Amino acid sequence: MSEVTAKEHYSSIPPERRLVNEKSFFQRLWKQMDIQLMVWPGVVLIFIFAYIPMYGVLTGFMDYDIFTGANIFENPWVGFKHFESFFNAPQFWTIMRNTIVISLLKLLIGFPAPIILALMLNEVRHRGFKRVIQSITYLPYFMSWVIVGSIVMSLLSTENGSINILLKGIGAIDESINFLSIRDYFWAILVSTNVWKDIGFNSIIFMAAIAGVNPSLYEASEIDGASRFKQMYLITIPTIMPIIIIFMILAMGSLLSAGFEDILILAQNPSLRPVSDVIDTYVYRAGLQNQRYDYGVAVGLFRAVVSVTLLTIANFLARRTGNSLW
Amino acid sequence: MLFKRLGYSDRIMIVVIYVFLILLSFTALYPFWNTLVVSLNEGLDTAKGGVTFWPRIFTFSNYATVFDDDQILNAFMITILRTIIGTISAIFMTALLAYGMSKSYLMGRKFFTIFFIVTMYFGGGLIPTFLLIKSLGLMNNFLVFIIPGLISVWNMIIFRTFFKSLPVGLEESAQIDGCSNWGVFLKIILPLSGPVIATLGLFTAIAHWNDWFAPTIYITNQDLMPVQTVLRRLLNANLFNQASGSGNVNSLTLETLGQKSLTAKSIISATIMVVSLPIIAVYPFVQKYFVKGVMVGSLKE
Repeated sequence: MSEVTAKEHYSSIPPERRLVNEKSFFQRLWKQMDIQLMVWPGVVLIFIFAYIPMYGVLTGFMDYDIFTGANIFENPWVGFKHFESFFNAPQFWTIMRNTIVISLLKLLIGFPAPIILALMLNEVRHRGFKRVIQSITYLPYFMSWVIVGSIVMSLLSTENGSINILLKGIGAIDESINFLSIRDYFWAILVSTNVWKDIGFNSIIFMAAIAGVNPSLYEASEIDGASRFKQMYLITIPTIMPIIIIFMILAMGSLLSAGFEDILILAQNPSLRPVSDVIDTYVYRAGLQNQRYDYGVAVGLFRAVVSVTLLTIANFLARRTGNSLW
Repeated sequence: MLFKRLGYSDRIMIVVIYVFLILLSFTALYPFWNTLVVSLNEGLDTAKGGVTFWPRIFTFSNYATVFDDDQILNAFMITILRTIIGTISAIFMTALLAYGMSKSYLMGRKFFTIFFIVTMYFGGGLIPTFLLIKSLGLMNNFLVFIIPGLISVWNMIIFRTFFKSLPVGLEESAQIDGCSNWGVFLKIILPLSGPVIATLGLFTAIAHWNDWFAPTIYITNQDLMPVQTVLRRLLNANLFNQASGSGNVNSLTLETLGQKSLTAKSIISATIMVVSLPIIAVYPFVQKYFVKGVMVGSLKE
C-alpha cells in the first residue's frame, strides 16, 4: 500500500470528529468554485434579461424621455398620470370588453374541446386509427402563428378561398365574403382558429390522465352491465376531475391574456380594431409602435397587477378544493 | 368486430365518435393540403378560383420564384443559423446551470432557486424588455436571437430533476478517477442525457424556427430578418395590394410581389410550404419525444 498523506488521512475522518474547526465561508466557497462558476453565467443572464426589465416597470410612473440614457431616474415622476389617462381613454371600455370577451370565449370553447377530444380518443379501441388521428390533430400546434394565420387567410380569402368556394357550392351565398374584414365574424374566426391549432396538443395531458384510471374500475362496471357511455361519465370524467379543475383555475388566472400573436396576425385590417383590440395588442401599438413607452408600461403593469390578483384568488379557490398550485 | 358486445346506444356513440374524429382530422389536414395544391398550381389560374383538392395546371414556377428571391433565401439562412446556434447554446447553458443547481452542497442554492422561480411568475413586460435590448445595443444585431433566450428556467428545472435522478455512483467513480466537476458534466452527465436533450432541444428549436415577433421589434435591417418575419411582411404587402391595388412598397420581395400581385397568393403558398416543411420533417421525431416532454413539465407542478 502506498503511503497515506496527512491530507488524505484528515479527509477520511468524519467532520464531527475533526479537531480543527470548519473552514471559513470563503474557503468553502473557493473549494466549490467550479460548481459556482457553472451557476453564475445563468444568474447573470437571468438578472439582466428578467430582473432589469422588472425595474424598468418604474417608467410607468414617469414621463419617459426617449433620449434618456441608462439611468431612468433622470425622468420626472408623475405618479399615476399614465394609468389615469388609460382609464379615461376613449378606447378603454372597448379594450376591456374585447379582452374579457375574447378570453372568456377561448375559455368556454377552447377549454372543454381538448377534454372532449381526449374522451373520444379513449373510446377508440383501434390502436392504429387512434395514433393516426393523434398525429394529425397535434400537427397545427407546431406551426407558427404566421403560418397558421396565412393559411386561415388563404382559406377565407375571396380569391380561391376554400370556405367561399364551399359556401357558394352549397348555395348558401352568391357573392364571396371577405370574412376577415367583417367585425361580426372576427371573434368566431379567432376562437375557432385557436381551438383548431391547440385542440390536439392540449388533449395530451388529459389523455395521460385518462390512461391513469384504474382499469379494474372499468372491468367491475362492465360486469355490472354499464354501457360505454355510462363508464365515461361515471368513471372517466370523475377520475380526471382534479386535473380538469387545476387547468381550469390556471386558465382563470390568465383572464386578461386574451392572446397576442393570434390577434396581431389575424386582425391586420385596421377596421377590425373595435372588436380586436385587447390590452396586449394595445400596449404594443400605443406603447411601442407610437413610442409612448411610459404609457405602454403603465397599461402593461395594470394588466400584470390584475392578472396576479386573479391568479392568487384562483389559487385560493384551488386550495379549498385541495388542488393548490403552490 | 368493432361492435363486439356493445349495446345499441353504445354502437351509435362509437359511430358518432369515429365520424367526428375523421372530420376533425380532415379539418386539421385540409388547410395544409390546400396550401400545397395552390403552391403547385399556376398562379393566374388560381386567381380564377376553384382550386381545392388537386392542382389544375401543375407547375413548380411558384417555388422557382421563391428560391430566386434573394431576400427570402437570405431570410432562410438567418432562420437556419439562429435555430442551430440558438438551440445548441441555449441547451448547453441551461444544462450547465441545471447541473450546478443539482448539487445539494452548492452554496446559496436556496437563494438561487427562488431567484429563478420568481421569473416564472413575474416579468417586466414588452416595453421594458424592449428598452433593455435597445440600451444593450442588441437592436439589429444577430445576437438578439441568441442571448436573451440562453437560459430557460422551465427547462432548467426539467434538466435538474433529471440530473438528480441519475445514480450518484457514476459521478463518484469518475471523481475517484480524477475527473473534475466540469469533466463529469461534459463526459458523463451530458452523454447520459440524450432523451432529455432531444426533447428540450426539439422544443427550443421549434420555438426558434417559429419566432416572428421578436424580429419585428428588434430588427429593421432587411439582411437580418428571419423567414417567418419576411413571410408576415409578404402577407401584409399582399393585403395592402388587395386593398389599394398598388404595389408601391419599398423592399425587394415586396416589389416582386407588386409586379406579380395576381400570383401573390401562389407565391405566399409556396413560401408557407417551404417554411413549414422542416417542421413537418422533424415532426415524427418530435412526436416521439413531446408526449414525454409534456409529462415531465406537468410532473413539476
